[in-house]
Amino acid sequence: MWRFIWIRLLQAIPVIFVVITATFFLIRKAPGGPFDAEKPVIPSVKRALEAKYNLDQSMWEQYVSYIAGLFRGDMGPSFKYPGWQVEDLIASGLPITAELGFYALLVALAVGVIAGVIAALKPNTAQDYIPMSLAMIGICMPTFMLGPLLVLLFGIHLEWLPISGWGDLPGDKILPSITLGAAYAAYVARLSRGGMLEIMSQDYIRTARAKGLPERVVVIKHAMRGGLIPVVTFLGPAFAGLLAGSFVVETIFQIPGLGRFYVQAAFNRDYTMILGTTIFLSVLIVMFNLLSDMLAMWMNPRLRQQVSGKR
Amino acid sequence: MTIVRSISAFVDHNPIYYSNGFINIEINMPIKLAGIIVLLLASTIAACGTQESNVDSGNRDGILHFGNGTEVQGLDPHVVTGVPENHLMYALFEGLVNKNPYTLEVEPGVAESWTVSEDGRVYEFVFRETAKWSNGEPVTAKDFEWSWWRALQPALGSQYVFMYFPIKNAEAFFREEIKDFSQVGIKALSDNILRIELANPTPYFLQLIDHYSMFAVHRATIEAHGKASDSYTQWTRPENFIGNGMFVLDEWSLNRHITVSRNENYWDIDKVKLNGIKFYPIDSLTTEERMFRAGQLHRTENIPIERIAWYRDNMPELLHIAAYNGTYFYRVNTRREPFGDVRVRRALAMTINRDLLIASVLDGIVTPSYSITPPGILGYQPPTLFKYDPEGARALLVDAGFPNGNGFPKIELQFNTSDQHRKIGVAIQQMWKKELNIDIVLQNRDWKVYLDNESTANFDLSRAGWIGDYVDPNTFLDMWITDGGVNRTGWGDPEFDRLMLIEAPKAAGRDARFAKFNAAESLLMKNMPILPIYTYSSKHLIHESVRGMPSNVMDHYNYKYMSLQAKPAEIAQKDEMQAEGGE
Repeated sequence: MWRFIWIRLLQAIPVIFVVITATFFLIRKAPGGPFDAEKPVIPSVKRALEAKYNLDQSMWEQYVSYIAGLFRGDMGPSFKYPGWQVEDLIASGLPITAELGFYALLVALAVGVIAGVIAALKPNTAQDYIPMSLAMIGICMPTFMLGPLLVLLFGIHLEWLPISGWGDLPGDKILPSITLGAAYAAYVARLSRGGMLEIMSQDYIRTARAKGLPERVVVIKHAMRGGLIPVVTFLGPAFAGLLAGSFVVETIFQIPGLGRFYVQAAFNRDYTMILGTTIFLSVLIVMFNLLSDMLAMWMNPRLRQQVSGKR
Repeated sequence: MTIVRSISAFVDHNPIYYSNGFINIEINMPIKLAGIIVLLLASTIAACGTQESNVDSGNRDGILHFGNGTEVQGLDPHVVTGVPENHLMYALFEGLVNKNPYTLEVEPGVAESWTVSEDGRVYEFVFRETAKWSNGEPVTAKDFEWSWWRALQPALGSQYVFMYFPIKNAEAFFREEIKDFSQVGIKALSDNILRIELANPTPYFLQLIDHYSMFAVHRATIEAHGKASDSYTQWTRPENFIGNGMFVLDEWSLNRHITVSRNENYWDIDKVKLNGIKFYPIDSLTTEERMFRAGQLHRTENIPIERIAWYRDNMPELLHIAAYNGTYFYRVNTRREPFGDVRVRRALAMTINRDLLIASVLDGIVTPSYSITPPGILGYQPPTLFKYDPEGARALLVDAGFPNGNGFPKIELQFNTSDQHRKIGVAIQQMWKKELNIDIVLQNRDWKVYLDNESTANFDLSRAGWIGDYVDPNTFLDMWITDGGVNRTGWGDPEFDRLMLIEAPKAAGRDARFAKFNAAESLLMKNMPILPIYTYSSKHLIHESVRGMPSNVMDHYNYKYMSLQAKPAEIAQKDEMQAEGGE
């Protein structure tokens, strides 16, 4: 098991290195620079700014000094918000985005697993079709549509919930979490239905029933553990996706998270911020993939044996 | 790591995954769980109920909730640019003079009074003794002398440094042609007298010094956090910040809000009625409008154009649209054929039906423009040298060798990505096709690509906008001098340069000066390196409880004039309730 983790971590190093290198050179190839503005910057001012950010050096010198900085934990100051270090900006946005992602994941799991399991218990009946159709709608409905709809209904029409902010007004975390979680809930529902359907036809389920166990115990204790493995393997990428993809929800609900920084950075040619967030998110994605593989192994004895069998 | 742990903890302990048999319920377990969750959610939502909105609590506590566009880049008046920064600068600092938001005329600020020499070149400002920094220290002429010296440091990178250039030798000092600051026309004669000597009489000088790039900063604070010429140091963080404005910085939470509260050391604090302002950076226009509708903002930075009709029909009292000191136009690249020919440029300008465009695409909120200067700035009227005339345009095109558009090359109109620019572009594309039978390609570009193309002259036609930096026609006209930094059209005329650079500054009196401007602008519009389209409007939603926030051509606010009062209807209701309770 440990060997498996170590190998995966070692494999991650070249992946992240490639991400850093590709991002570094690609963003500098994009037309326009961080100091271009409608009013042209006076040349001497521009030179001073470029010197401040080492942009007067050759591309390779910049690259080497950036990598060297990374090893010291220094991602440089943001170009757009020069008063702030990139790592400070990430640190300020991350807890919020992570919290949002976590609640969204809870929504996705609670709604998705329940809907999927209900559907799988009576396949091809109304009990299956209704939640699955809803799930399909959930997958198809983009967050930039669902978000404003929820806002209009619960925020403006019914006046039940605040429509913006994060932790400023009581209840302002509810709508964004639901909006972000909805699409993932739909995926989770479909995954858990598929997984459960497969498991329910397995021999050991028949054995459990033959033992005379009540259906409730069969489903919850025996079927779900195996049937939800697809959901668990989906969790890692899903959480990373929630973090990276929360931009739309953060914009709709005016949430000061990482996603907004990420997208603003790309538009502003904020080189250091683009690099910092990209590196950070790629590390996260690698970590969460590993984590969900470990979880799946823990839940599936066969996988576990495969890995330890290699010893 | 906490997230990782929480997820595994969730999986570990969630009864969906493990049943230890303690749940003994008759009905189907998942359905039951679904019911519980729905109930829980519903009760959370219901518990929130209808809550007090920001506007209600703000009206009660004197806190203005202010939609402020994007996150500010910084809070150093010598470094920042942009409208959101502008709103904060006037809350946190005060210049030598202020502006009256109703008339835009200059009012005393840090300077109690001033005198101007007869030749209009020497100003002496007398400081008021009660002007103080937020830490209680007096604001002196020496503070301004040092601050203006700082703003002229090339290493600082002030982008508004050209505001100082009317001052004698300021530009030479900035360009390091003069090393000795005493040769620059900025001198503190004593703690309370500042003497400014200009290179030429500059009738709009008082309007310039109201701009935040000419505010003073607190020397000791800046030097405690770096060199004077260091930009974006820690001195603008709330824990370090010292200013001399009506408000002090309380909290700066990135992408969330910036809060300011009353500066009790401000010399005129008795006149300030607000207790504080909360500025919200809101990137999305639709989000901002929804926040306003939900009572979370007193004032928005903008309005989505598709919402204007609704407000006009239903709540016109909240809608504040006013002419703004800016012009929307297309730049023509005169270095590229067929635009080297002035007849082609004029033909294009004459076939834009501006009235139709504004009525159909822009919901009638702006006014047509036939020149670069918006009409009526301090009484200046720009020339109108052409009108909508497709007939005449076709004739011009025949003369230029393109009868009925024959042989006219395919040209491209670039604009920075925005739905509104696209709509306007499509409408104008149609007009040119219909009237002149010429084809143009619309090309939207990412902002930075758009700027790069403009500055490298890599365009045929390019959408543009210009917002005046100060209240004077000069800010719209001096940009068109030959090879000026924002000219970018390739057009230039020595006569225009002479009028702008030599004749206008020397003209005696406002009328004579405006006559020179008019001559220069006529020359510009005869040559038509730009196609003016409309004069901008400022558009805001403002809650009825806000007082003293008038519209003006600069969209300038003076917070001293503002106050918050609950709606008369609400007051009436309260009175009614009290009356009932009394009985």
